[in-house]
Amino acid sequence: MIEELGTTSEGYMVINIGPQHPATHGVLRLVMTLDGETIIKTEPHLGYIHRSIEKMCESLSYRQFVYVTSRMDYLSSHMNNHGCSLVVEKGLQVEVPERAQVIRVLMDELTRVASHELWWGAMAMDLGAFTPFFHSFRERETITDIMEETCGARLTMNYICPGGVMADLHPDFQKRVKKFVALFKSKFHEYNELVTGNIIFQNRMKGVGILSAENAISYGCTGPVARGSGVSSDIRKLYPYEVYNKLQFDEVLETGCDSFARYMVRINEMLQSIKIIEQLIDQIPEGEFQAKTKAVLKLPKGEFYQRVETARGELGIYIVSEGGTTPYRIKFRSPGFSNLSALPHLVKGSKIGDLVATMGTLDLVIPDIDR
Amino acid sequence: MLSLENITNTIHEWLNATFNPTLALLSEFVLIGICAIALFAMLGLSLVLMERKVAAYMQLRLGPNRVGPFGIFQTVADTLKLMMKEGLTPDGADKFLFNLAPFVVMIAAMMLLAPIAFARGFQIWDINIGVLFLSAVSSVSVIGILMAGWASNNKYSFLGAMRSGAQIVSYELSAGLSIITIVILTGSLQISDIVNSQENGWWIFKGHIPIVISFITFLIAITAETNRAPFDLPEAESELTAGFHTEYSGMKFALFFLSEYINIFIACALGATLFFGGWMPFHIGHWEAFNQIMDYIPSSVWFMGKTFFLIFLLMWFRWTFPRLRVDQLLSLEWKYLLPISMINLLVVTVMAIMGWHF
Repeated sequence: MIEELGTTSEGYMVINIGPQHPATHGVLRLVMTLDGETIIKTEPHLGYIHRSIEKMCESLSYRQFVYVTSRMDYLSSHMNNHGCSLVVEKGLQVEVPERAQVIRVLMDELTRVASHELWWGAMAMDLGAFTPFFHSFRERETITDIMEETCGARLTMNYICPGGVMADLHPDFQKRVKKFVALFKSKFHEYNELVTGNIIFQNRMKGVGILSAENAISYGCTGPVARGSGVSSDIRKLYPYEVYNKLQFDEVLETGCDSFARYMVRINEMLQSIKIIEQLIDQIPEGEFQAKTKAVLKLPKGEFYQRVETARGELGIYIVSEGGTTPYRIKFRSPGFSNLSALPHLVKGSKIGDLVATMGTLDLVIPDIDR
Repeated sequence: MLSLENITNTIHEWLNATFNPTLALLSEFVLIGICAIALFAMLGLSLVLMERKVAAYMQLRLGPNRVGPFGIFQTVADTLKLMMKEGLTPDGADKFLFNLAPFVVMIAAMMLLAPIAFARGFQIWDINIGVLFLSAVSSVSVIGILMAGWASNNKYSFLGAMRSGAQIVSYELSAGLSIITIVILTGSLQISDIVNSQENGWWIFKGHIPIVISFITFLIAITAETNRAPFDLPEAESELTAGFHTEYSGMKFALFFLSEYINIFIACALGATLFFGGWMPFHIGHWEAFNQIMDYIPSSVWFMGKTFFLIFLLMWFRWTFPRLRVDQLLSLEWKYLLPISMINLLVVTVMAIMGWHF
């Protein structure tokens, strides 16, 4: 057994990383057993930001519980809302107008770009480079401005609701998104020049944090973490929802299995999202932005499941309904939790510096893990 | 023309004419001490401001711009705040060593100001082993850092101090070897001799490619020795929160912080002295007219210009590169820099014996 603060019986040093630590980007606590700088064992301790969102949802109506989910993975709040709306619509068998579908996909992809931008800056900061953070925020700010204009909020947007979206697009939406796409494309080369091509960065990333395809599957990793190990796991391709099956985009797969592969997946995913946005931005169909639904939603008795691809991986929403106005039981399968579970395996035997770098490539959002 | 040499000579003569020699010498000591402390404070404040402005420029920001014009009093305000803060000593700490450590680091940094030639004839102590003195005293700061890390009784501090020890001890070697190349060419350890030897051209131009190599080695080594990014492992904030000064607060922290910047200044001043001719103006062979125009610029401006250019280079590194890992840091030194600087030293020695340099 590890003593709380001190050394193990073998003489290894035990150190607490977190719950308040700059590298964990939240309140994750890692109890690490170290031999000098080498990591012998890592134990993630969770629960520091547990808000019992699942239990809370059981006492909220089917319209209300969607908004709580924005607070889970706050960097992909649109996707969380999207998944919840989809599962409710599945239960009610509501047909969502095509305009709403396109708007939802557009918002999802904008959020994905914003999330990956933030990850890119934060990960570079973990490696000791501060400047990339500000460069990525230059582009991310334009996205949050677009969100603010249309959805009324910058982070927890609560824009997608059962039946469609809350409000119609702002008249300037198309113009501003096109402006953002042009800005992103003109600045994207800076990302590669500043970080990707840097020899120090490549030495830190290549051959570190190896996650084989078998392990990625057995730990239940999804999203860019699994795709970095060559495991196809893009829900948008495998179980398409909304208009994704009509779009031209590639699932980014890397076979490096190391931190650098996971990094490259996210970098290339940004380009794919931009590709999707470009396809849709001129094709937003006219019509209603919300389907006609009843004021009080009641799901029929049964079990409903829907998965969506968030910026971090597969988010599953499982609802058990007894036929009432509130869910009887609700369970979220969050991508961050499974990805975090691979961390002790990834960093075993590497240095403390590698822990920070590897944790950066997992792109953990702690409120998503604890819920 | 502004000459600091004239000012110091005037003061020296006036003191000797007014008081008896002992009293004159004592008052000169006091004056020098006040100047050194004032310089220490001024350098610390201006370099912190410069770092923030350079960082802001690289990061698409404005930087401090609220306190005073262009925020020039921001660092003064910060220092006042740090002075008013409580200097906490943790419960489990070794109290004597914990409180001593910042002073060891600071005194080492202040002693380094002595042999630096700031302008023509403006030097506190032209000791005949000037370069050796600089590299020897600069290693004393590692004792202070180890002391701080050990006495804090904190594992983060301890890891940071251990990293710092390994790092500074290793990088001293290639810093020393690259300094020796200039010493071989000059034939003297004295700072004034080294500066005077560059009257007809700086060593970086006179010494061919080997000196350029030793300058690059020197630049990498001083970046590591002053614990600057990409070699800021002792205080890697994303790994060890703040490394060896995690437990320090208030003015004790400020002393670490300031002495880091003084060390940067000293290291860059040494680099400017060795490779860029110190206060020596830029001269080209026999272009008399050009050389006279260059001479018209005060020597202190030349020295500060070169030093601040090198400091800017170090800041540029810091805000561009990610951090190395601890094993990569050591293998960079022992596998690459040290062999390169050893071979380079041999080449320079041959060059000096054969007289191939200009």
